[in-house]
Amino acid sequence: MGEVIVVTSGKGGVGKTTTTANVGTGLAMLDKKVVLIDTDIGLRNLDVVLGLENRIVYNLVDVIEGNCRIRNALIKDKRYPNLYLLPAAQTRDKNAVSPEQMKKLADELRDEFDYILMDCPAGIEQGFRNAIAGADKALVVTTPEVSAVRDADRIIGLLEANEIHETYLIVNRLRMDMVKRGDMMSSDDVTEILAIDLIGIVPDDENIVISANQGEPLVGSDSLAGRAYMNIARRLIGEEVPFLNLNERNSFFSKLFGRRK
Amino acid sequence: MRLTDFFKKKGTGSIAKDRLKLVLVSDRAGCSPEVMEQIKNDIIAVISKYIEIDLEGLDIKITQTESELHNGPVPALFANIPIKDMKASKK
Repeated sequence: MGEVIVVTSGKGGVGKTTTTANVGTGLAMLDKKVVLIDTDIGLRNLDVVLGLENRIVYNLVDVIEGNCRIRNALIKDKRYPNLYLLPAAQTRDKNAVSPEQMKKLADELRDEFDYILMDCPAGIEQGFRNAIAGADKALVVTTPEVSAVRDADRIIGLLEANEIHETYLIVNRLRMDMVKRGDMMSSDDVTEILAIDLIGIVPDDENIVISANQGEPLVGSDSLAGRAYMNIARRLIGEEVPFLNLNERNSFFSKLFGRRK
Repeated sequence: MRLTDFFKKKGTGSIAKDRLKLVLVSDRAGCSPEVMEQIKNDIIAVISKYIEIDLEGLDIKITQTESELHNGPVPALFANIPIKDMKASKK
């Protein structure tokens, strides 16, 4: 019986889609059967982050409206045999789908998949309600900024109100150099304020941009962010993984330079 | 680390944390600026019956305080209302 996990944040641009792509790919690399659902109807993005944009035939709304079967709409990622994408519709809007329909769809996918990851749109309106409708757990993504953490706090409250009690925090784009000189909140600061369990700290890493340019998730690669995402996937399947020592950043990068594939 | 902290000015990271804590207190209390404004006006109306208050210096906000009953901080309505004159004492 698969698990439905929603990746959400409230604020836009903090890394929900990147997190969904990388954590999902990480789970697939750990031999779990995974489907990623882009619930951001009208603003589809997960397909390009994964590099699957040229293979879309049907989408989420087609499935909901019965224009095709689920299996026809699922795109199989050729690089990872366990990874599938259900893309969002680009020419429709959020009201094309209801929370009840999303819940039904998620429940149908539980039989075949170990993990169903919902990439939630920004905001707290219909798209958010659709994305969380069938979720057992939530990954709340934030960056160490006042605005992002404030929105994350609101989202955590709304998840609670919707009976989703298992929420885990991902602090994204942390810059250790700034934390060290006191000009950025640390992951401890953010965790203390939001008071939910921390499941991942992802450093700000230019390799994220490079990987998004290429449409290849960087999870599992030797980069710091790649390792951070793989650790999140491992923690999700129940492994105890210590948090990365982000202080090694500089020496690590200099060692790594020229060695990247 | 301690020694450098001693000489260092307060970083903007802790400013961010302090501001965030304050904004979350009112967010979590579910108190919108409109409701705060109404509360403020009602308080002014009630107190003005008895006391002349300094509206310029008036400060009413939701903040956080350590509760003796609960463990940890709880939201509190903080009001600083400077008095210009006691109306009652004139009589």
